[in-house]
Amino acid sequence: MTAELQHLAPDGSPRGDVPELEGTFLRELFVHMMRVRCTDERMLKLQRAGRIGFVGTAKGLEAAIIGSAAALQARDWLWSGLREGGAAVMRGLPLSEYVAQMYGNSHDTAKGRQMCNHFQHKASHYPSWSSVIGTQLVHGVGAAFASKLRGEDAVHAVYFGDGATSSNGFHSALNFAGVWRVPVVFVCIDNGWAISVASSQQTAARSYADKAAAYGMPGRDVDGNDVLACYQAAHEAIAAAREGGGPSLLVLKTYRMLGHSSSDDPTKYRDDDEVAAWAAKDPIDRYERYLVERGVLAGGERQAIEADLLRELDAVIHEEETVPPMPMRTLVEDVYAEVPPHLRRQFNSFIAVAERLGYARPGDGAFPL
Amino acid sequence: MPTLTLLQAVNDGLKTVMRNDPTVLVFGEDVGPKGGVFLATEGLTEEFGVERCFDTPLSEDGIVGAAIGMAMNGLRPVAEIQFQDFIYPAFDQIVSEAAKLRYRSGGQYTAPMVIRTPYGGGIRGGLYHSQSGESYFAHTAGLKVVIPSTPHDAKGLLIASIEDPDPVIFMEPKALYRTLKGEVPEGSYTVELSTLREARAGKDVTVFCYGAMVTVAEKAAEQAATGGIEVAVVDLRTLLPLDEEGVLDAAKRTGRVVVLHEAPRFCGYGAEISALIAEHAIEYMEAPVVRVTGFDTPFPNTLEHNYMPDDRRVLDAIEHVYNF
Repeated sequence: MTAELQHLAPDGSPRGDVPELEGTFLRELFVHMMRVRCTDERMLKLQRAGRIGFVGTAKGLEAAIIGSAAALQARDWLWSGLREGGAAVMRGLPLSEYVAQMYGNSHDTAKGRQMCNHFQHKASHYPSWSSVIGTQLVHGVGAAFASKLRGEDAVHAVYFGDGATSSNGFHSALNFAGVWRVPVVFVCIDNGWAISVASSQQTAARSYADKAAAYGMPGRDVDGNDVLACYQAAHEAIAAAREGGGPSLLVLKTYRMLGHSSSDDPTKYRDDDEVAAWAAKDPIDRYERYLVERGVLAGGERQAIEADLLRELDAVIHEEETVPPMPMRTLVEDVYAEVPPHLRRQFNSFIAVAERLGYARPGDGAFPL
Repeated sequence: MPTLTLLQAVNDGLKTVMRNDPTVLVFGEDVGPKGGVFLATEGLTEEFGVERCFDTPLSEDGIVGAAIGMAMNGLRPVAEIQFQDFIYPAFDQIVSEAAKLRYRSGGQYTAPMVIRTPYGGGIRGGLYHSQSGESYFAHTAGLKVVIPSTPHDAKGLLIASIEDPDPVIFMEPKALYRTLKGEVPEGSYTVELSTLREARAGKDVTVFCYGAMVTVAEKAAEQAATGGIEVAVVDLRTLLPLDEEGVLDAAKRTGRVVVLHEAPRFCGYGAEISALIAEHAIEYMEAPVVRVTGFDTPFPNTLEHNYMPDDRRVLDAIEHVYNF
């Protein structure tokens, strides 16, 4: 088994055959990574202030998420887990919809039905994720089967964390994908911790990448804090899948710098030294040094980019915060294509009480029976 | 009109839809060249090719999960779970994913798919080839649960289920697969979901049932008739969403109700029928509702004929509510 792919050392110096990429593209990657970090920071503040309920941050994972997803084409699908919202924004999810989802307001395309941090964007093929670990892996395989059956060349990138490698979904998905040779790239964001359970307690395998061999596909370890390595590895895996070479597994080794979510205190289960060691390998600092060295970014430009991103974000938050929630009757809509009689009756019983007691909202009338 | 067994009607339904809609695929364990362990998919691979009817790895979770992904990307998958007893590895995919996808995505993503699965006892299949797990699914918003009891309905309900925009659990009464024959129209037709069927008219007692229990109820009704009791047999056909109005109408017409299923009693489907009647038709009732069901035990083997409701137990219940 080869060592993990790396193109940028932690000090930003190049390693091996650094992919030749345009300066504008390299700079865009940096801005997208910065947007992930700025958005997370803002959302955490909103959560601490009690204005939104929950945040699952991607701090430390920006290279893994942005680098790998940047290798996808517009027609490709991204099946996400909890932390790929930044990739959705990069691929077309409007920031306003991102923020609307965090607020669960009536601009949210999911109609406020999912808890925070569960994004979707149909136009860029970023399906709705449940909170259940591992289920989306098999969906990606089924959807890739459909793409292949129709002779399309779309690739399905399926994202999940290290904990998901223990799930039924991981086994089923890799097994089916291997047998069917469907165009899927499995992207394991190995951030070391499944909430409070360390990777050493998740598997006895040397790396999650070794598991790929059992399914007849290549598995590759990648420095997940190196955006160029993540991009390059994904680019190669996606190209192979698109050309009919079948599925593969990428394991992007990184570190979740903050808690699992805004509800988690990671100091209870991991050492500060471990966190400090990974802070020294920060994906944004590393990439910034490389870009400044290459002359793509000016020294100190990061601060200006950050200020711009925060200004953009704050304007969106300001807008979305005043958007009202969905009407009460959406409680029983979208269970089925049409609201069946029993749900109409259930809602009508409820709204009759709400109207009598004065907590129904305007426009929340009963359904016709 | 041809006379087919229920099994042949299922097979005919699948072929009919596949001829009309190229996005319909059939897959599962042993459904390909072998044609399924009951032969429900016999001839499909031959007619439609291995691309449209094929065997999968032995993983119910994978079969259903992949079907969801296919449905999300433009196909109409019809997945077979070989025995309903084996569906539980896929329970997460059914309950957490297929059932909730439309709701959680605000209607942006949907899973129009059918999971066909043979259910029920009477074949000496023991604990794991005999179960009736319909209540697990009927408790899950977002699913439709359909159970035919005749060859005609098996084909018409199956076609309606495949054409339906929402996920359907289609449970086939395997005890009737080869024992029940009936006239089945050629070509495509549908039986509307969420509509019950009055299998037999009667003014004295109403028996609500579905699947293989419909023939048991009919046999009991026949015997009751010789004693002067006219029994209506109501085949629910779709358990979710239920034809609640139809149930209440049928209950009110006689005021005496027996609910019949082979699944265990506690929190079984009969509880919902009983509660519905108690809430909305109690003033019409001349007798307490009586349930005739399987036991609250695992499914037995050598004693299955005692576990499963038969015409004697149903007749006893009919006489009880009639004479109350």
